[in-house]
Amino acid sequence: MVKRLLRVVALVYLTVLLIVPLGLVFWRTFEHGIAPVWHSLTTPTALHAFQVTGIVAFWAVLLNTVFGVGAALLLVRHRFPGKRLFSALIDLPIAVSPVVVGLALILVYGKFSPLGGFLQDHGFQVIFALPGMVLATVFVSLPLVVREVAPVLTEIGIEQEQAAWTLGAGRFQAFRRITLPAVRWALGYGVVLTLARALGEFGAVAVVSGRLVGKTQTATLVVDESFQNFDQATAYAVSVALALVAIVILLVVNLMRPEVEA
Amino acid sequence: MTDKTGRHRAALWRITAVLVVLVAVAAGCGSSSSSDKAATGSTVTGKTLPAAQLALVAYSTPQEAYDKIMSAFNRTSEGKKTRFTKSFGASGDQSRAVENGLAADDVAFSLEPDMTRLVKKGIVAPEWNTDAYKGMITDSVVVLVVRKGNPKKIKTWADLTKPGVEVITANPFTSGGARWNVMAAYGQAVKGAGGSEQAGKDYLAALFKNVPVQDDSARKSLQTFTSGKGDVLIAYENEAIFAQQKGQAIDYVTPDSTILIENPAAVTANAKSPEQAKAFLDYLHGNEAQTIFAQAGYRPVVPDINSPYPFPKPAGLFTIADFGGWTDVSKKFFDPAGSVMADVEKGIDVSVG
Amino acid sequence: MADAVAVLERPDSAPEPPGRPFRARPVKASTALGLGVATLWLSLLVLIPLGAVIWRANENGTGAFWDAVTAPEAASAIQLTVVVALVVSLINVVFGTLIAWVLVRDDFHGKRFLDALIDLPFALPTIVAGLVLLALYGVNSPVGIELAYTRAGVIMALLFVTLPFVVRTVQPVLLELDRDAEEAAASLGAGKLTTFRRIVLPNLVPAIAAGTALSFARAMSEFGATVLISGNLPFKTQVASVHVYNQIQSDNTLGAAAVATVLLLISLVVLLGLDLIQRWAVRRG
Repeated sequence: MVKRLLRVVALVYLTVLLIVPLGLVFWRTFEHGIAPVWHSLTTPTALHAFQVTGIVAFWAVLLNTVFGVGAALLLVRHRFPGKRLFSALIDLPIAVSPVVVGLALILVYGKFSPLGGFLQDHGFQVIFALPGMVLATVFVSLPLVVREVAPVLTEIGIEQEQAAWTLGAGRFQAFRRITLPAVRWALGYGVVLTLARALGEFGAVAVVSGRLVGKTQTATLVVDESFQNFDQATAYAVSVALALVAIVILLVVNLMRPEVEA
Repeated sequence: MTDKTGRHRAALWRITAVLVVLVAVAAGCGSSSSSDKAATGSTVTGKTLPAAQLALVAYSTPQEAYDKIMSAFNRTSEGKKTRFTKSFGASGDQSRAVENGLAADDVAFSLEPDMTRLVKKGIVAPEWNTDAYKGMITDSVVVLVVRKGNPKKIKTWADLTKPGVEVITANPFTSGGARWNVMAAYGQAVKGAGGSEQAGKDYLAALFKNVPVQDDSARKSLQTFTSGKGDVLIAYENEAIFAQQKGQAIDYVTPDSTILIENPAAVTANAKSPEQAKAFLDYLHGNEAQTIFAQAGYRPVVPDINSPYPFPKPAGLFTIADFGGWTDVSKKFFDPAGSVMADVEKGIDVSVG
Repeated sequence: MADAVAVLERPDSAPEPPGRPFRARPVKASTALGLGVATLWLSLLVLIPLGAVIWRANENGTGAFWDAVTAPEAASAIQLTVVVALVVSLINVVFGTLIAWVLVRDDFHGKRFLDALIDLPFALPTIVAGLVLLALYGVNSPVGIELAYTRAGVIMALLFVTLPFVVRTVQPVLLELDRDAEEAAASLGAGKLTTFRRIVLPNLVPAIAAGTALSFARAMSEFGATVLISGNLPFKTQVASVHVYNQIQSDNTLGAAAVATVLLLISLVVLLGLDLIQRWAVRRG
């Protein structure tokens, strides 16, 4: 009956910490029916904010996935000088508070910094424009894919690829047909986590976005603004929309995974 | 392929189908951009300014007022070709953003230090406050916000230091609004004791003993109060009015002795469209804009503006100039390395469990 | 032949058996290129910006840096943050592993749905998380528990936002785990706890360490969720990230950068420690 005990403990913990707060959010959102929620979600401000969030999240997920898989392979399967520092530098960004992320990015890529000024003079604005927001989002979600994929790579070892190489497969071929499928669930989780973080990120993006209404205002910034203006309906509606996207994507990933014997 | 996998794949298709439908509906519902309103109404100068895109960077509390003012400006024949990009946020954050390169033609903040920061960096001309209004576009006063009906009968500043009274105010090191609060509290104690600075410091120490929560922004402290915490909130008058307009169950008391809050606005030195930026700033001092501000709860700086709010003039109203202006006050009261408020924060002893 | 197979089976990081000369794998051009690109990306994204913060913190010399960091409010905020982050991480180690176990090895109605909810603390903007926790455990608490404006409230908020970390790093490993060893142990008479402790757990340690690192790091930096429920009282419930925000708001960028640097160093130490645990576990396995 250990199994049952574990199940109960897990369920109680999750209920207190997760289900009840989420339930409250959903209840407060749909208290007055779906129509006001739909109305809040389809204002021009909200729609544009979703668009901005979508673009920033897309690029952040893409960049992080490519980097994540590559870095995991490097960390697990190779030796190189500075490997420990490399690994720590990947985790470190999550330890940086959002205000400092903004400060750091502005110090390097802001208009009045050497690099940032150079880029801006040549037409590429980083801070207070979408590239800066993508950078900030990538920054705060950097380790998520790496830390999902690396433990699984460690677990499965390298013998299958090595067998493939001795049989004549090219490196990329072996990567595509053996490595990737082997880590696909870990990669899936990593992508979903990154997406969820990108959707929900507020602090760092707020600092580098400039909060330009209709241009660099993300969904989370709209949530903040709505709360500030006592428009709880919009704030909750947009938050729930973000949460639902995350839930749906995760359900999709989960359902695609074949059933594992209990 | 087990039966369960088959069922899951079916569920997968169903979810995807629902998603596609939702996205299609949402895209279809995307509303078109607002159409241009025909230019009507009285003109200010009569001459239409050349088309321009003005960047307004302002603090967040007058956002609705500014939206209305911008529409009104577009309805004048002078401003009918002027388009706006807007940015609203906490006053300090916005000021720092402009300092770090956020493009702005017109800037408006909650207190003067946020403007002085830009003057120091050369983004705003030093003569910004040499006009008839000293660079200010709206005023307000610090008031005491209470629950509807004032159940605890809070009438004066002295009531705030009574034992058992919970006072809500934002943290003065993060919130410009809280700085006005602190100076109001300090100032009324000093004036009440015939000019004794020590009386002011003692009052602040006693006051902050009764503060259980120090939110990082004035708006957050307002929401802390409206969500049920505390007996009295120290806030701007226009914040209290805003909350009432949004249906929050509060009242406010205007103390006899309190500080005049002055909100600055200016044109930036590197504005892309200086002529239109100046025209908009002048418009902000015009009757139409000042009326909109008054309806939002701000005290106009221009005389004879109709307003639904009484805006009573407190008998003992004082200004920041009485304490040497913001530059001196910031150093003396709000320097984290050593100042009156730094000492007060160290001395408070509120239990947190 | 068996030796060759044995060599094939070990990833690079495993130690060689005693007495065997080490045949280093040649560094392929593609690996070097990949490493170069990854390092460049890390530099542009992490190393240079964080370096700029550290540089800014030391602009006026180490004296000013030290003053900023040892100021009473700063020291108090740093201490509170580190302690709370450690507590939260330890709780996550236990409960994260437990939840991952239940989600992978157990089956009950609604399990998949529950699994999908685990990531929500990420997708919810932190302000919403803070607000909801405040609504539940604040002044007008519907469940009668009042945690707001206390350190317990801060811990609660951090547990919420760090929930997914350990769970999600352990889950994929559990899914990949070969059950043969466990079944063998069971057939030899080992109890469930023994099997878990001696066969499963060692395989999970790298994943747990990875998740804990993330959880600790996130707890150190969290702002939005804690700033609402903590009440923000200096010296009492003000966390370091809020203190840094204070400094920036007061135009004391140097002080902000200094505290941020200290937080970075502490996080670096903890992360390196957890990395060591990971490598030790891999070596043993």
